[in-house]
Amino acid sequence: MTENEVQQIALSVLASIAPEVDGEQLQADQPLRKQVDLDSMDWLNFLLGLNEKLRVEIPEADYVRLVTLNDVVKYLVAKLP
Amino acid sequence: MNTLSVIHKTAADLRVEPNLLDYEKTRKTFTWEAARTELPGGGLNIAWETVERHTTGALRDKTAFRFLSATAPPRDLSYGDLSRLTNRFANVLRKLGVAKGERLFILAGRIPELYIAMLGSLKNGTVVSPLFSAFGPEPIATRVNLGQCKVLVTTDFLYLRKIEKWRETMPSLKHVLLIAEDDGQTNIPGTLDFASLMADASEAFEIEPTTAEDMALLHFTSGTTGMPKGAIHVHGAVVTHYVTGKYALDLHADDIYWCTADPGWVTGTSYGIIAPLLHGVTSIIDCEEFDAERWYRILQDEKVSVWYTAPTAIRMLMKAGAETTKQYSFPQLRFVASVGEPLNPEAVWWGKQVLGLPIHDNWWQTETGGIMIANTPAFDIKPGSMGRPLPGVEACIVRRNETTGEIEVIEEPNTDGELALRRGWPSIFRGYLNNEERYRKCFVDELYLTGDLARRDADGYFWFIGRADDIIKSAGHLIGPFEVESALMEHPAVAEAGVIGKPDPMIGEMVKAFVSLNKGYTESEALRRELLGHARKRLGAAVAPKEIAFLSSLPRTRSGKIMRRLLKARELGLPEGDTSTLEGGASA
Repeated sequence: MTENEVQQIALSVLASIAPEVDGEQLQADQPLRKQVDLDSMDWLNFLLGLNEKLRVEIPEADYVRLVTLNDVVKYLVAKLP
Repeated sequence: MNTLSVIHKTAADLRVEPNLLDYEKTRKTFTWEAARTELPGGGLNIAWETVERHTTGALRDKTAFRFLSATAPPRDLSYGDLSRLTNRFANVLRKLGVAKGERLFILAGRIPELYIAMLGSLKNGTVVSPLFSAFGPEPIATRVNLGQCKVLVTTDFLYLRKIEKWRETMPSLKHVLLIAEDDGQTNIPGTLDFASLMADASEAFEIEPTTAEDMALLHFTSGTTGMPKGAIHVHGAVVTHYVTGKYALDLHADDIYWCTADPGWVTGTSYGIIAPLLHGVTSIIDCEEFDAERWYRILQDEKVSVWYTAPTAIRMLMKAGAETTKQYSFPQLRFVASVGEPLNPEAVWWGKQVLGLPIHDNWWQTETGGIMIANTPAFDIKPGSMGRPLPGVEACIVRRNETTGEIEVIEEPNTDGELALRRGWPSIFRGYLNNEERYRKCFVDELYLTGDLARRDADGYFWFIGRADDIIKSAGHLIGPFEVESALMEHPAVAEAGVIGKPDPMIGEMVKAFVSLNKGYTESEALRRELLGHARKRLGAAVAPKEIAFLSSLPRTRSGKIMRRLLKARELGLPEGDTSTLEGGASA
């Protein structure tokens, strides 16, 4: 799967939690939670949703590294089964 | 694990001598009058007692707040710095013509300017209302209008996102002071730059004289049937903050203290700002969101000794697993307390086993202004119990007679009823702003009725059972279903909306909405998402529903009220109870 495809999946998971988000407006290199209003539960649901869609385990210890959309995509691509 | 057992304390559990050692005797001899004399200013002005009186003494150069951020080195403010900066801010207000009793709202994350603006306002006699920065534009505008806010302090980022477009709906707003999130200057039409105003202001300021009964803080809390209520708190409340900091949090002068609550909620103000300053301790303030490893690192690296946090955070740490905890050590940590919602027994035991310290639950509300019932260091914990009333607090369980309106105090232990408190402690709220009737309804004779259902056991420990109303408790925050329903109803597709708290293992309750649609609209995933986005944009993630379900119609009482209780019972698959007042009969 390419980075682009993973990014599309990440955006679709995000849209299911925060449908108000305009994917086009997101700056992929800026902190995601600065741009999208996500509380702790939304954030956990986002990561769980990615786990379900892509079958990638995201251990809690790695959460801190997932700040921007680019971080998330790169992390997922590297760990894809 | 037997969750009904007791955690016994021994001398070995206590690293310092607790401030509350003899419960019975202290309760018997305690008076609020005597407590007031422990504060040099007699508890007449919060800013004097928290900041100004320390500036000539030994605390002048001691760190009051240490601000931690993920992107910048820690920033320390000493008690002396705090005095100078709050004087500057008080002068800013004076220059703007903001008078005593007028209202200033703060919408910001846990940044130094929030603390400076709050304490500086109190110096000027200006009433402060901190707003949770995760609120969306609607909850903000509702509160600004209810509170007749004259000055708003916020950041450029939050202003552009949540205020600018809605500004004309807030006519009372005269001045907006913006803090630049990138530390530069702001230049947005219709606003003032916080940093420039501060730079031009003098460091000398004479505190505006206040009395113990002058309004100091306005904390909004959620209602079940109407819009939020602004609970009025006075400067004299500072005596309760002092006493509870001493007994319930066991603060000692050399403590490093971390209250994780956001000042947008009452805990983050009473115990994140006021109580620690009264005791002259150093407070850690983390500007970032929850992260398990980050939090453990803070406990370890900052050598936190007293930690006041919340059940949701504790459950998230539990979820992160003991392996994570094991990478850190916190030999300085000696007392852990929790508030916001009842702490489940498993979490109390988790503290004991994983942190090496049990977690002490305590109970209070926005209306009480300070901790009322608590587990304290010297005494046994019954996991799941909120503890016992503190010195100066008289609590009881009562039964309301719905027809006569009279109250009967239940003496029999282990009997369910409503938790009530005898009036008389200094931090009790003095009213709901512009809503005398709702305020009066909270009292019968000398008893304040809390709206929480509880029981007291034979040893005098209190146990929380649930809310007596439909208010939702999510991640320790109260959410009024009416406010959420109103926002949903603003969407043209929605005919009616009913909002409940759906039990959730992590955050206590999550907001779930049921909606029925107007003619011409059909249920679809696209519409569900549209409604979710609509609610989130208006209310913010912290208040908006997490789930939305469609119903062809909502159950209503004969008088037309949506039966949230029935929606909840159905959601949980519980018996529906007495539905005789239901419109259309019990078979609905």
